[in-house]
Amino acid sequence: MTNTWMDIKNANVILVMGGNAAEAHPVGFKWVVEAKAHNKAKLIVVDPRFTRTASVADYYAPIRSGTDIAFLNGVIRYILEKGQVQHEYVKAYTNASFIVREDFKFEDGLFSGYNEKEHKYDKTSWAYELDDKGMAKVDETLQNPRCVINLLKHHVERYTPEMVSSITGTPQKQFLEICEMLAATSAPDRTLTSLYALGWTQHSIGAQNIRALAMLQLLLGNIGMPGGGVNALRGHSNIQGLSDLGLMSDLLPGYMTMPKDEDLDRATYLDKRTPKLLRPGQMNYFANYPKFFVSLMKAWYGPAATKDNDFAYDWMPKLDKVYDGLRVFDLMHEGKINGYFCQGFNPLASFPNKNKLSESLSKLKYLVVMDPLATETSEFWKNHGESNDVDASKIQTEVFRLPTTLFAEEEGSLVNSSRWLQWHWKGADAPGECRTDVAIMSDLFLKLREMYKKEGGAFPDPILNLHWPYHDAEEATPEELAKEYNGKALADIMDPNDKTKVLIKAGQQLSSFAQLADDGTTSCGTWIFCGSWTEAGNQMARRDTADPSGLGIAPNWAWAWPANRRILYNRASCDPSGKPWDAKRKLIGWDGTKWGGYDVPDFKADIPPGDAMNPFIMTNEGVGRLFALDKMAEGPFPEHYEPFENPLGTNPLHPKVVSNPAARVFDKDREHFGTNAEFPYVGTTYRLTEHFHFWTKHSKINASLQPEQFVEVGEALAQEKGIANGDRVIVRSKRGYIKAVAVVTKRIKALDVAGKRVHQIGVPIHWGFTGAARQGFLANTLTPFVGDANTQTPEFKSFLVNIEKDTDGKVPAVPEATASATMKTADAGDVDLGRRGWLFGRKRKEEV
Amino acid sequence: MKSGFRQDFPILLKGLFRYNECHPIFFYWFLSNTMQISRRQFFKLSAAALGSSSIAAMGLMPAQALAEVRQFKLARTTETRNTCPYCSVACGIIMYSIGDKAKNAKSEIIHIEGDPDHPVSRGSLCPKGAGLLEFVHSKTRVTFPEYRAPGSNEWKRVSWEWAVERIAKLMKEDRDQHFIAKNDKGQTVNRWNTVGFLAASAASNEAGYLTHKVLRSLGVVALDNQARV
Amino acid sequence: MALQSLDIWRRSATTTPSPQQREPIEVAKLIDVTKCIGCKACQSACQEWNDVREEIGVNVGTYQNPHDLTANSWTLMRFAEIEENGNLEWLIRKDGCMHCADPGCLKACPSPGAIIQYKNGIVDFAEENCIGCGYCIKGCPFNIPRLSEKDNKVYKCTLCSDRVSVGLEPACIKACPTQALVFGSKDDMKDHAAERIAELKERGFENAGLYDPQGVGGTHVMYVLHHADKPELYNGLAKDPQINPMVSIWKGITKPLALMAMAGAILGGFFHYIGIGPNEVEEDEEEEKA
Repeated sequence: MTNTWMDIKNANVILVMGGNAAEAHPVGFKWVVEAKAHNKAKLIVVDPRFTRTASVADYYAPIRSGTDIAFLNGVIRYILEKGQVQHEYVKAYTNASFIVREDFKFEDGLFSGYNEKEHKYDKTSWAYELDDKGMAKVDETLQNPRCVINLLKHHVERYTPEMVSSITGTPQKQFLEICEMLAATSAPDRTLTSLYALGWTQHSIGAQNIRALAMLQLLLGNIGMPGGGVNALRGHSNIQGLSDLGLMSDLLPGYMTMPKDEDLDRATYLDKRTPKLLRPGQMNYFANYPKFFVSLMKAWYGPAATKDNDFAYDWMPKLDKVYDGLRVFDLMHEGKINGYFCQGFNPLASFPNKNKLSESLSKLKYLVVMDPLATETSEFWKNHGESNDVDASKIQTEVFRLPTTLFAEEEGSLVNSSRWLQWHWKGADAPGECRTDVAIMSDLFLKLREMYKKEGGAFPDPILNLHWPYHDAEEATPEELAKEYNGKALADIMDPNDKTKVLIKAGQQLSSFAQLADDGTTSCGTWIFCGSWTEAGNQMARRDTADPSGLGIAPNWAWAWPANRRILYNRASCDPSGKPWDAKRKLIGWDGTKWGGYDVPDFKADIPPGDAMNPFIMTNEGVGRLFALDKMAEGPFPEHYEPFENPLGTNPLHPKVVSNPAARVFDKDREHFGTNAEFPYVGTTYRLTEHFHFWTKHSKINASLQPEQFVEVGEALAQEKGIANGDRVIVRSKRGYIKAVAVVTKRIKALDVAGKRVHQIGVPIHWGFTGAARQGFLANTLTPFVGDANTQTPEFKSFLVNIEKDTDGKVPAVPEATASATMKTADAGDVDLGRRGWLFGRKRKEEV
Repeated sequence: MKSGFRQDFPILLKGLFRYNECHPIFFYWFLSNTMQISRRQFFKLSAAALGSSSIAAMGLMPAQALAEVRQFKLARTTETRNTCPYCSVACGIIMYSIGDKAKNAKSEIIHIEGDPDHPVSRGSLCPKGAGLLEFVHSKTRVTFPEYRAPGSNEWKRVSWEWAVERIAKLMKEDRDQHFIAKNDKGQTVNRWNTVGFLAASAASNEAGYLTHKVLRSLGVVALDNQARV
Repeated sequence: MALQSLDIWRRSATTTPSPQQREPIEVAKLIDVTKCIGCKACQSACQEWNDVREEIGVNVGTYQNPHDLTANSWTLMRFAEIEENGNLEWLIRKDGCMHCADPGCLKACPSPGAIIQYKNGIVDFAEENCIGCGYCIKGCPFNIPRLSEKDNKVYKCTLCSDRVSVGLEPACIKACPTQALVFGSKDDMKDHAAERIAELKERGFENAGLYDPQGVGGTHVMYVLHHADKPELYNGLAKDPQINPMVSIWKGITKPLALMAMAGAILGGFFHYIGIGPNEVEEDEEEEKA
């Protein structure tokens, strides 16, 4: 989130699209309800289904899954055509006036530089024209046809209301009414906020969905504003933190990137990653990259990382490609992965195409699952009847299931969606022999180190030299680890304004990443977390609820990265002269000598208004990008590409390029894509509010609230198929089938798409073959093995299925409590539904 | 409940004469016509009714019991602040455990509710958060290390020492065999790409940080987390 | 723990009058269905706080689980899809005890002290005193109490009298993420409702209004409805609930008659037993009613 949960209350218009906030984030949704009740805000929901969010919305419009870019580009076209943009903001704070190279083109669905063989773009032409000093050329008058804003106008020209409606299935009238409501927030004192989640990311074009909205928000002048922003509602409690800590194939902590094979030494590596100024006078904060990197190496390798060994640069593994989850499972399927570790992660249910995943896991030599719960992944080898029909005797994988503690039994910090690091405390001991992840990782590491010390082996240097300064080597305390990622001074740090004064003594905790150095005199495990545990103590444990601005900032509650800043890009909440765009939303201001206010300014504190420095200090041109340069895999502007499985079989805009040309797709998976002839309906998977992923089905309370797997079918399709409400059905895709109860509903309507009638079927996830709820089928049995081009996030939200009545379906059983070492499998036979006495037995009409 | 008229009769009789409020036997007619209750079911109910009410009427039930509400169960429990482990709203929660942390008392969480101080959640929780107690005490938690041998159809309980030793051995064998120090072009790459690791999405930053540090030191590149899915 | 904050107003089947001198405030729960997202946090919190656990049921084609109130589920989100003139509404209503000012359950209850009405308005069941006769169920105009198969006693929402008695709000109120549930003095709740209704009318819900039915003397659980003119849209919320007249009749003139009738029935039963033998009911007769 660029903003905070509470800040949603400041919005005038709230767009929930690509998400279902009421259902997936009910407590965060509190602030939407607050905005409606006390800020007269309007809530707009655009979703294939009339969701629980829609049930309290002011305006709902249906959309065909996977066509959000067509919708959003249509909105951009509308506001550009009507001139309803925040003109001053767009001119000063975006790259609207920047001139793009002549050789940049978009033709027949492809941007310039496409390499058909590799399904990849050469992005050289996706760049600004530079002057002889290497600075980007701009035309303040916006007259040059190569200006970003003019290229954008041209790009979205095709997205007329007729075209939008034809692609998305959203009736034109509804589309235009929404355009009008969104456009009204271009007024400087009105804001739009957008709440999205996996409904946008889980597409082969996911990242561009979000870009389209970000561009819209820049054009409306809503980025950096209280009540504005682009707000990703992260799915898991610490998925923000895990991403911040860089636990991804291609990342290092603080969004630094892993070195590649050709980055032969530290200098080459840093040179490629340290951005050069593109406009004069900009802050270009990522120019400090070398300081972040060297401080990381000092945190990891301590005294062993020295100038002489290039700060242990060679010990960092180099990437020949991105090893994201999809790729790794594909490699596993080819037998190229031997061992796999799942720490609190249930990939058999979480990645697409369960059958492929199951086959892949069967090819492993060993699988290690660390989890508090008995997950499906840990039992992938075990026959659980029809929902996991495998033959254990043929699976040679050694499987380890290591019990871990859970939140209540450990101490530490988590990062929420608003980037707050919040500390939590232990309430009780874990049952049995559960151990913390820290203890398990330490144990494994120390054992390996002991073996390498004793026996030697492949390149033991980084293992033997890993900095391990913990008092109890077998289990570092959360405090020790938090202090390490915050960082400390390794030599005295002098005051930059008075070189005779020591600012921070050697050995003391750092208070800001501004103190980091690239010469090995500071260590810092995650630069963006620097400031979270200072000499003043644990900032993440702060519990001051005061909110002096009334804008929902609470600056002294916990600690937010970066630098305790609550609203990102907040310099853009003031106009170039330093005056807030809206006096009622005054967050920061210039007091004559420095920037300050209720939030930590996202700007260099002593640069006065009117200076050349622009508010987007993380970009090398200082402005928000309507044109993404080379940052996206499939183009600098978002373009509508159809899902890989789509009901049309074509793309109405460019039939030759149907789906994202740069998406993550492996050739042998293409044969497992279905066609609309065989699978005529659009399937989409999602969460329900009663459950969290595949966890809460282990909680008896939640299992009782949604006990059994179901799919949602619109009344029209149900009628066509002879399916009555409550019937058992089979839903099939090219990859497999699931069985569930049909909830026949008025909330999913058939849509008219490009002259065709398109039905959508809703497939909630949450059921599987372990836990306290009734046994079900993993919903990812249906989904295709294809991912977004930038993030490799699988296309769970749009695929093709067919549906039929399951005439001999039975009520599935509740699996037996698979407490540790219970060897019986659940019997999926018929169950006694429970006899009801006369006092409860009166059947009510509520059962729709 | 199997009770025939033989058992019911004495109670009924006693009730008839002791009861200080009239017994609604005429409801038999009423109920049996409106709710299809069988005579036997009715007698079953009224027998129980008479039984206990007569005892009350005879003064055997302590008078103050009539005014009793259920005791407040949190009076002297220990409160611990935590964060809900599900979605990223990260609601504040208070965990209530029995005992006052005295050495001889074994803590056990008996109730979890929202932390009213939390600026986002302000004490509220969603149905998942409100049911956290059953997650902590889930019957399907794993509580000791287990091992499934190749081709086997069952789990076997093992010790931590054995499990760690065995896993480390498998890892080292694999790493020693497949570690790539230099690629085809002779560039130093120092990677181990035959092992994959998925990091926990609900683990603390501290656990995540240490996990990352350890894995990269081993040369692991196939590292991912729930952020992509 | 005798709790002074919960002064008793009335007890079932008890002739000793309760003290009347003190006048504590009346409390109320306000359910604003227009803010409700049907998340079931209230259902979850209710089970958790009250140490009851619902059975793992089945899906019969609805989000509504369990399908009805039970001895374990004292509150339930009821879902209704209403489509009028192409305008779709998903009306979701939290169902549960209304804590009537004039409680039909208490009036019908024959067991002394099994149902208690506190002066603050809470109508509580003291299950220790419950004899499982089920008359409260018949007496309830909202069809709320449920008989437990496990212990043959009747259960329903207590408005968390154990929490309220120590100054806390009920568990469901605290959990509700969207402030659809609010708790306080009945006067404050009416004021809050008035604000909400004004806001709803501004948004075009002309018939928005408060549901505080006078047929049962008003309730201590009230609803804000967008369509207060048609409460039945919300899964059959009673338009004008009244206590079943049989309950009043029974309390009044029929007492002596009933006494005689009972004596007759018992005697009749006795002679039936003497003459014909014990009366057994086939199992399948019970099945049939299930």
